[in-house]
Amino acid sequence: MAKIVSAFAVGLLFGLGLLVSGMADPAKVLAFLDVTGRWDPSLAFVMAGAIVVSTTGYLVARRRGRPLLAARLEIPNRHDLDPRLIAGAAVFGIGWGLAGLCPGPALTLLTVAPAQAATFVVAMVAGMLLFRLVPSAAAKPAVQGADA
Amino acid sequence: MDGFTPVSALAGGALIGTSAALFLLLNGRIAGISGILGGLLAPPSRETGWRIAFLAGLVLAPLAYAGMGGGLPPVTVDAPFPLLAVAGLLVGFGSRLGAGCTSGHGVCGIGRGSPRSVVATGTFMAVAILTVLVVRHLVGA
Repeated sequence: MAKIVSAFAVGLLFGLGLLVSGMADPAKVLAFLDVTGRWDPSLAFVMAGAIVVSTTGYLVARRRGRPLLAARLEIPNRHDLDPRLIAGAAVFGIGWGLAGLCPGPALTLLTVAPAQAATFVVAMVAGMLLFRLVPSAAAKPAVQGADA
Repeated sequence: MDGFTPVSALAGGALIGTSAALFLLLNGRIAGISGILGGLLAPPSRETGWRIAFLAGLVLAPLAYAGMGGGLPPVTVDAPFPLLAVAGLLVGFGSRLGAGCTSGHGVCGIGRGSPRSVVATGTFMAVAILTVLVVRHLVGA
């Protein structure tokens, strides 16, 4: 139960971060990606702030070893660069660039711009289901159920 | 450089990072949204509960934000519905094939120095920038 409560609180905090930072606004994301237009570098600051804090958390978590509410840390342990990683990231990048939406902001926007966010989210889930149908693609992830 | 907001960007980023750090310290998990959602598409397991709880928090965040007094944040979704559907399909498929998205690779993965995440983030940033270039400046808006 504690695990579920903490997951909810952490998800809420994540969503608040998306809203405060501007990352949940597709127009702002596209302005960041539009480097040859009227470039808005704000999202680089979002990434920088997030990475600094998450790195600190990672170092503390690794030192402690065992998380507070679970038996062990579930961290992806692969280091190889395979074609699937690159191809997947490229396909993801096209979609991200087309609408300015990625999975976190799309879910957060379900309560702000329901029709548009739901259209994106339903299609996104369909894309994830499609992935499960690709036989070779369904090969095992780095840590079962713990991929980034 | 319209609408440059470094302070709120940094503050919001720190909140996202705090969330990722807490998830690792408490639940021992990576706060990768596509991974958390994708895991729900498998048959129900002991993991189903926390995955739904995390996503519920994410979806309800705007209500908490509004409850703190600011009202809902201004959001502009310019993409028409067919484009949203195509983009969603690509983002869903790509995030699973590439085992991560902006949060899992971009924040958590880079944060722990994963070479896979550094390469994935560099790739999707470059491709997204190229996509915007083509859509906005070459095809013509």
